[in-house]
Amino acid sequence: MPLAAQSADLRAAVLRVDYPSLAPISRFEEVPEDLGFAGAELAMEDNATTGAFLGHNYQLETVSAPPEEAEAALGRILAEGIEAVVVLAHGDDLLKLADSAGPGVLILNAGARGTSLRSQDCRANVLHVTPSTAMLADAVVQFAAWKKWTRLYMIRGSHPEDKELADAYRRAAARFGARIVEEREFEDTGGSRRTDTGHVLVQRQLPVFTEGAKKHDVVIAADASDVFAPYLPFHLWDPRPVMGSAGLRPVTFHAAHEAWGATQFQRRFEALTGRYIREEDYDTWLALRVLGEAVTRTGSADAGEMRGYILSDAFELAAFKGQKVTFRRWNGQLRQPILLFDGRITASVSPQEGFLHQNSPLDTLGLDAPESQCDAFQGG
Amino acid sequence: MRRLLLTAALVAGGCPALANKIFVSNERGNTISVIDSESWEKIAEFPAGNRPRGITISPDGKHVYVCASDDNLVRVFDADTYEELPSLPSGPDPELFVLHPSGNPLYIANEDDNLVTVTDVHTRQILAEVPVGVEPEGMGISPDARFVVNTSETTNMAHFIDTADYQIKYNVLVDQRPRYAEYSKDGTKLFVTAEIGGTVSVIEIGDDDTPDLVHKIAFEVPGVLPEWLQPVGARITSDGKWLFVALGPANRVAVVDAATYEVKDYIMVGQRVWQMAFTPDEKYLITTNGNSNDVTVIDVAAQKALRSIPVGQQPWGVAVQPDQ
Repeated sequence: MPLAAQSADLRAAVLRVDYPSLAPISRFEEVPEDLGFAGAELAMEDNATTGAFLGHNYQLETVSAPPEEAEAALGRILAEGIEAVVVLAHGDDLLKLADSAGPGVLILNAGARGTSLRSQDCRANVLHVTPSTAMLADAVVQFAAWKKWTRLYMIRGSHPEDKELADAYRRAAARFGARIVEEREFEDTGGSRRTDTGHVLVQRQLPVFTEGAKKHDVVIAADASDVFAPYLPFHLWDPRPVMGSAGLRPVTFHAAHEAWGATQFQRRFEALTGRYIREEDYDTWLALRVLGEAVTRTGSADAGEMRGYILSDAFELAAFKGQKVTFRRWNGQLRQPILLFDGRITASVSPQEGFLHQNSPLDTLGLDAPESQCDAFQGG
Repeated sequence: MRRLLLTAALVAGGCPALANKIFVSNERGNTISVIDSESWEKIAEFPAGNRPRGITISPDGKHVYVCASDDNLVRVFDADTYEELPSLPSGPDPELFVLHPSGNPLYIANEDDNLVTVTDVHTRQILAEVPVGVEPEGMGISPDARFVVNTSETTNMAHFIDTADYQIKYNVLVDQRPRYAEYSKDGTKLFVTAEIGGTVSVIEIGDDDTPDLVHKIAFEVPGVLPEWLQPVGARITSDGKWLFVALGPANRVAVVDAATYEVKDYIMVGQRVWQMAFTPDEKYLITTNGNSNDVTVIDVAAQKALRSIPVGQQPWGVAVQPDQ
C-alpha cells in the first residue's frame, strides 16, 4: 500500500547524569564530552531521513546534569511536553527519575546495567536497551563453556558493584555447566590509577596475589571500575586467558565491529562526530532508533502507543548484530547478541552455537521469564 | 520424478547449448573468477580492485562492471580479454547497481551517503544523485525502464525513482534490512527481500504505476533457527512462475511459486548463499556461496543442485554473459 502522509512529531530527550569519576585507566579511554549524545544525534539523523519520506518529524534535546540536579533537569524536559526520555544514569538514579516521571512518560534505559532493575526493581515505564549485568556475564561464561574451559578462577573487586558482577558470574557458571573453583577479592586501597612506571610494582604484586589457586582454565575478572582487571592479562601466576572486566570483554558495540553491515554505521558515526563510537553512543543510538521504528510503523509519537508497539510481536529492528532485536515482555529488556571484544577485534559473539531456548537463543542471555521477579509488565 | 530424470538425461546427453562465461566477484579475494557454462570449469581469475561486490554485464556481453567498494568506483573489464578499461565514477562505497536494459546508464547504490548515483557508462559522467533512505543497497529496474527501485537497509523502504526526472515517486515500507529488489519480467510485481526481517515483500504494480504491498513471504525450515533464514538475493524466471530466494546463512535457496507465493522447496547449496544469476536460457541458476568459497549450479527445471565449483575467496556477486 502506498504510504499516506501522516503527520507525527517525535520529540525526545537524552538525559545524561554525570558522576564524579577518576581518570580512566588508559589514555585511549578519555571520556568525550558528547558521550551518548553523539549516538543520539546520529539516531535522529537516521530517523529524520526515514521520516522525510513519511512526513514524520524528529526533534532531539540533550541534557547533562550532576546527580543532585537530575530530577530537576527531568522536570524541565517534561515541562516542555516531551514524553520519551533516554536516560544514561546509575541504577538508583534511574529509578528515582522513572518514579518522578510518572506512568505517562516512556523512559529508555541506556546506561544502567543492574540486573535487579529487570527484576524486583523493574518499572512499567522503563524499557532497558542496554543489557543487564546478567546478560553480559552469561555471554562470557557461555563462550568459556563452548570452549570447554569450565573451571573458572574469579578475582573480584571490593566495591558493591564488583560483588554484583561476581554474583552474575556465579549465576552464569551454574547455568552453563561451569564451576568457580577459586574466588579471591582484590581490595581497592585507593590512590591514583595511573602513575609513572606503575607497572613495575604491578609486575611484582599480581603474580603473588594470584598464586596457588586451584586448577583452572580461565580467570574471570569482576572489576566494575577498572581498579585491577586491566593488569591481569600477562601478570597472572598461571598462564591463563582472562575474561570479563579485562581480556575478552562483553560489549554491546565497539568501533572496530564491521560484521552485518556495521562498517557503514561506523563511518556515518565518525563522519558526524570525528571520533570512534563507544558503547554509550551505540546504546543511545539504539534507544532512539527503537522510538523511530515505532513512529515509522505506527505513525504515532504518543508514548503509550509507542510502548504498546515496542512490546508487541510486531516490533523488530535491525541493529548491525546479524539478527533482529526485540523486547522481552516480562521485564522490558531488549534482546540482543553480545559482542566479545579483545580490545581490537570482535573475537566472538554470544549466544554461542548449541545454547538453545524454546523462544529464542537470545533468551539464553540474562533473566528468562521464570527468573525475573518483574510484575510491572503483567504476564509477559 | 520421471520428468526430472528426463531433464537430467538431456543435460548429461549434452544437448547443444551455447557456452557462456560466468563472472563471479570475490569480495575477500579481490578477484573475478570466470567459469565456462559448458564445461563448468573455472577458466580464469583476474584482479578486480578492492572489495568487489556488485557485478553486472552490458547487454552486448562486452563489458563487465564491478562495484569495487573500497576503491569508491566502478571498475570496467573487457569480457573477452579481462583487460581493465577506464573506471566509472560511482560515489562512495558502491555496493550494488543495476544497468538500464539498453546498456546505459548505470544506477548505483552508495551505502555511505544515502544516495543513488546515476552514471553514464559512455561519457563516464555522473548524471544525477538521488537522495534516498539510510544505507541504500538493493537496486532493481522495471522492465520498461521507467522506474528504478532502491532499497534502504536502515530506513527499510523500497524507493521508486522515476528514471525520467530522477524524482522518488513512491515509497513502500518493507521489513528490516531490505537487500534486493527483483521485478517480474512483465513488470506487474516487485519482490523485495528483507534480510533481518526474514521475509520477501510482494509489491503489485498497478496500471497507474501505484505500488501496493500485497503479501509477505515467510520461510521455515525444520532444524534451522528462524534467525538464520535471511533472504538476500532473488531471481524470478521469465515466465513469472518461479521465484528463487537465497537465504544467506541458512545455506539454502527457497523455491517459491510466484503466483501463489507458496514456498515449494528449499535447495541446499553452499554456505552463506548471497547473490544469484540465471544462464540466458534459464536452464541453470548460479549461486555465490560466501563462506564455502564456491558457487552452486542449480538445475532450474528440476529444482535441484547439480554441482559446486570452487572460485576465489568469499564470492559475493555473479553475472552471466549473454549469448554471443
